[in-house]
Order: sequence, then structure tokens, then C-alpha cells
Amino acid sequence: MMPASHRQPGFLAALLHRLSGLALAAFLPLHFLVLASALRGADALDSILVVTRHPLVKAAECGLVLTLSLHMALGLRVLVIELLPWRERTAAAVSLCLGAALAVGLAFLLNVP
Amino acid sequence: MLHVEVWRGTEQGHLQEFAVPRREHQTVLDVVTEIQREHDATLAYRFACRVGMCGSCAMVVNGRPRWTCRTRVAAAVGSGDRLRLEPLRNCTVVKDLAVDMTRFFDKWRDAGGVFASEQTRDDDFAVVPPSSPQRQAADAGIECIGCGVCYSACDVVAWDADYLGPAALNRAWTLVNDSRDSRNAARLDAVSRRGGCEACHVHMSCTTFCPKGLAPTYAIAGLKRAMIRHAFGARDAKSVAPE
Amino acid sequence: MTRLSAALFVAQRLTAAILAFAVTVHLATIIYAVRGGLTAAEILGRTRHNGWFLALYLVFVLAVAIHAPIGLRNIAREWTAWRGRSLDVALAAFAAMLAVLGTSAALALFRA
Repeated sequence: MMPASHRQPGFLAALLHRLSGLALAAFLPLHFLVLASALRGADALDSILVVTRHPLVKAAECGLVLTLSLHMALGLRVLVIELLPWRERTAAAVSLCLGAALAVGLAFLLNVP
Repeated sequence: MLHVEVWRGTEQGHLQEFAVPRREHQTVLDVVTEIQREHDATLAYRFACRVGMCGSCAMVVNGRPRWTCRTRVAAAVGSGDRLRLEPLRNCTVVKDLAVDMTRFFDKWRDAGGVFASEQTRDDDFAVVPPSSPQRQAADAGIECIGCGVCYSACDVVAWDADYLGPAALNRAWTLVNDSRDSRNAARLDAVSRRGGCEACHVHMSCTTFCPKGLAPTYAIAGLKRAMIRHAFGARDAKSVAPE
Repeated sequence: MTRLSAALFVAQRLTAAILAFAVTVHLATIIYAVRGGLTAAEILGRTRHNGWFLALYLVFVLAVAIHAPIGLRNIAREWTAWRGRSLDVALAAFAAMLAVLGTSAALALFRA
């Protein structure tokens, strides 16, 4: 039986924070390499950017934006708990973080052609 | 009828099933006592005060660490009829539902959870204004009776054997804020090492499950702030609650 | 007495605060920049010879190079059996790699 601690919003927040951080750490080297292709000229960068027009890639990009905003939102919640005297209602606070991250993801979707 | 699964054995063991009549206002302690007295006298479990003061009866009920004497069966099973009783998590199982709390209390000591003063009987009384922020911070955590529910609930304790745990750190924070205490430098050192307050990842299970309504998460946050201040050169180990 | 764990914790929280600012700028830039499609010319037009861009993103890279490996260290120590000196060395190497790759990426966009 799953321990009750795993069914709490605080655990979900920590799990999502950790997994999103892991995903970002794995993505970063690739991201830097793609950008560094600009060293070989704008055409080199463009030839990679062309790939980003594919809908699957757009979905992946949206996923990345979501992952980054989620990691930041949940991380800010941790900083608030540790550094400020506010007492939170955990479920509400975690929902707020998820909502904010989704809003950023939506903003990306609305702006990407 | 209640269908009750009870852990038998040590780390290796099995769940044994019993059928216990449902009674009005029954607590989980009533159930486990009835099993031990009427069904199987070899069952090992702990209780003492039976009125929510001592914490001896703490165990895991349907996946949730709680005091059996203060848990109504109705609250634990909801609309169902199944109870599952297991020993506290993160402690070595002595037998069945009784665990070894030695490591729990060793960590209490290792976190600097012991009061020490250099004052003697020749010194005047210590004056501690009850409304001071430090005293309020201490008072917020002082009611801990060391029942181990938070320790059982904590995932980081399960993942990291070095982690001192919420109860030990909560106690350390109450002493950091005790103006009569003289061992704060050593205490701050103790909670700043590997397995100290830095290991807490703010899951907040300790605060969620504490039967006394304490909030170890915020005590640990206080220790983290003290640790940060210390890293930036603050020599005053006494930290003031941000309230 | 500085202990590694305390120092890593402080570094993690400090870089988190820096990253909160940098990531906000980065996300806002992304959402603005993807409008009408993304081309190299557009990106380079913003970053080429832009001292503010370079300064911000070098700070961003340094903060990430510190922040990410510390997080990975916690994951390794809590979810796997890997710990100790070899883990720390591996993560220091990862940090160095992030710093080098990130700096070269930022410089590439600045000098293009």
C-alpha cells in the first residue's frame, strides 16, 4: 500500500520539482550545443531551427517551457517556506504553482506559430 | 465486522488477518487490544496512557502514521471495513507492531536536542519574556512528545540514513531559541552537517501528520536560515523567528 | 567550520534566487521571440554584440552550472546507491561541462 505521505500535495510538489529538475539537467547540454552551432554561422543555426517547425518538436518545446516554469514555481514555493514567515495551505499553494506553470505553457502555445 | 490485517514478524514477516466486531466509538487501539486479548496473545504492540498523551501507541494505520488511541475506526476506514496495521516506518521492527526507537532518540541527541546551561544556582533567575519572538518560536515546538509519527511519515528519513529527521531538528530549533541555553554553537554545527536541516526537501509530511499539530517544517526552515546566516558570517547563533 | 553540505545548501538556494530572475527573463524572451516563427537571424539580431545579453546569460550559465549538479547530487544520494567522492567528482565534471558549453553558447551568440 502506498504510504499516506505519498498521497500528500507536499510530496507531489517535491516529486514534480525533482523530476522537472532532472529533465532540465538532461536537456541543458543539448540546448547549449544547439546554440553554439551559431559559431558556425547563422545558416548552421537556421538549419537546426528548421527542425523546430515540426509539430512534434513544438509539442516538445512546449513541454520544455512547462518543465522550466514548473520547476521555478515549485522552487519559489520552497524558498518562500524556508525564508518567509508565511504559513501555507499546502494544497492551495501547490495548486497555485501548477496553475502558474500551466499559464506560462499556455502563453507559449498561444504565441508559437 | 472489521477485517483487520496485522503485520506479524520483524522486517521479514506477513500480514495476518483477523475479524473483529465493529463497535460504536471504537478506536484502533480498542481493535488491536481486542485482537491481542481475544484472538492471538502472541501479538506484540505498545500503548500506555490510552488518552493521547504519551505517543506510545503510534503505528501505521491504513498507510498513515497515527496514534491508535486517538484514531476512531470510523475515521480510519471511512465507508469501508478494512483496517491494516503496520509498525512505524523507518524504525527497526522488534516484533509485530513494536519498533526500536533507539536510532530515533540517538538522532535527537545528535541534533543537539539536549538543553545545557552554564548558569548555576548562584545566578539570578533567567528572565524569559513569554511574548518574545524567540520564546514564541520555542513554544511552537515544545509540545513534542517524541512519538515518532513525523519520523515515520518522512520520506527523506526513508531515503537517507544520515538524515536526523523532523523531531530531532524540531527539538534543536526549540533549544536554539531558548535564551537560557549555552550550547548553540555546537548545536548549529550539528544541524549544519550532512543529514542535518539541509537534507529536508519540504515534503511537509511531518507537519501534515503530527498528532499534536506541530510544524517541524517551519522549525527546520528556521535552522536553515540560521545556517545561511552563519555561512555569511553571523556569529550570533541565536536566531530570531521571522514573525 | 564550513561543511560541504551546508555550503552546497547555501549555494543551491542562492543560485535559485539568481535563477528566478534569469529564468523569468528567459521565459518572457522565449514567449516574445517565438511569435511569427524563430529564425537564426532574429535570434542573432538580438544577441549579436549585445553586452547586456552576454552579461545576463553568463551569470545565468554560471548559476545553472552550480545549481543543477547540487540537485543531481541529492537525487543520486537519495534514490541510488551512488555517493561519496566518486559522485562528487563526477558532478564537478558535469558542472564544468555545463559552464564550458554554456559559456561557449553565450559567446557564440554574442560574436556571431
